[in-house]
Amino acid sequence: MMNNAALTDLIIKMADDELIQGHRNSEWTGLGPVMEEDIAFSSMAQDKIGHAWALYRMLHEDLGGADPDSFAFLRPEKDFKSSHLVEMPNGEYDFSLMRHFLFDQAETIRYESLQDSSFEPLRLLSNKVKGELKYHTLHANAWIMQLSRAGEESYSRMQQALNDTIALAAGLFEPSPVYEDALIAEKVYPGETALYHRWLDRIYPVLVKASLNLPEAGAIVPVYGGRQGIHTPYLQPLLKEMSEVFNLDTEARW
Amino acid sequence: MMSTQTINIATVYASLEHVMDPEIPVLSVVDLGMITGVELEETGVHIKMIPTFAACPAVGYIQQQIKTTLESELGVAVSVEVDKQVHWQSNRMTPAAKEKLKNFGIAPPKVLTGEISTEIMMEVPCPHCGSEQTYLRSPFGSTLCRAIHFCKACGQVFEQFKPLE
Repeated sequence: MMNNAALTDLIIKMADDELIQGHRNSEWTGLGPVMEEDIAFSSMAQDKIGHAWALYRMLHEDLGGADPDSFAFLRPEKDFKSSHLVEMPNGEYDFSLMRHFLFDQAETIRYESLQDSSFEPLRLLSNKVKGELKYHTLHANAWIMQLSRAGEESYSRMQQALNDTIALAAGLFEPSPVYEDALIAEKVYPGETALYHRWLDRIYPVLVKASLNLPEAGAIVPVYGGRQGIHTPYLQPLLKEMSEVFNLDTEARW
Repeated sequence: MMSTQTINIATVYASLEHVMDPEIPVLSVVDLGMITGVELEETGVHIKMIPTFAACPAVGYIQQQIKTTLESELGVAVSVEVDKQVHWQSNRMTPAAKEKLKNFGIAPPKVLTGEISTEIMMEVPCPHCGSEQTYLRSPFGSTLCRAIHFCKACGQVFEQFKPLE
């Protein structure tokens, strides 16, 4: 018998990150620096929100949770388990791009590890999501490379963006003090610490090719809190905006 | 009114060929490889299907189209379910479907033999002039399943149905 509370905790974290990052991506719609980038961030928004939806459905159908829409739109801020990285405002394009790179590489590592999960719904979904994420990382890698090689100002902005995001991104791998051991023991996934190290190994070669300096692993102090319901001041306004239409009539049929 | 005794798997598939993809109206759900199972039951027909991309906004619409089309053509009750056991890969698309896609102006996905690589997205033959002097402009296009390429030979931007693992 699987530990449903532990599974629920893990899936909420993944789903909330996808939903909030999806919402942030969608804020580039109409504002992208070039048309292709406008389309790319809008498409990735659609993918992220679709993946969040699949995870919320899993909570609902396999773990006895609330229906996906009300779970996504009616929860108070403290019940969200999103990371601080995805909550941050889009800022300039360099910040959004670096976050996209670090986040999508992290998701890729996570879904790859779920290929061996003992929890079948996650294993099946990971097959689907993993293939789709290839396009996100292809896009992120290409732009990280191009902008880092596009002159002095461009390079220094990419390095600055990396310096500003790396600790936040490391916070994606905040282990659960309560459920981590059970999830690892039951072979649901290898645990946050293992994923963190795989992620560092994955992003390093891309950053080297872009001549960007990744701080020493020991010098990175991950920004934790999101998984425990402690959030940045940026989440509440986002939730208010995101659920505005839903809250006009929560019983409406679309 | 037919009953499930007078229809068979082949007649169901023939009817499914009439359900077109709303974003690519020359391809049916069969052409695209979206159908994963057809079951004849005493009370009707049960169809299992899969979306191309997880976030495809047309899934609900396509399910409804399958139900309405089959119910009117076959005269039996039809239920449609999203199959979670199978996920869509571009290799599910039939060669005939790829030909139709090309004639529609969208480059078909190359056959995948391993994982997606940057290379598979390069030198995609232009659906307009056939040249392979093309480059990937963006892996994201007007719908989730399309990428944008540029043809250096005929100077046109074109879309490609993306390969998917």
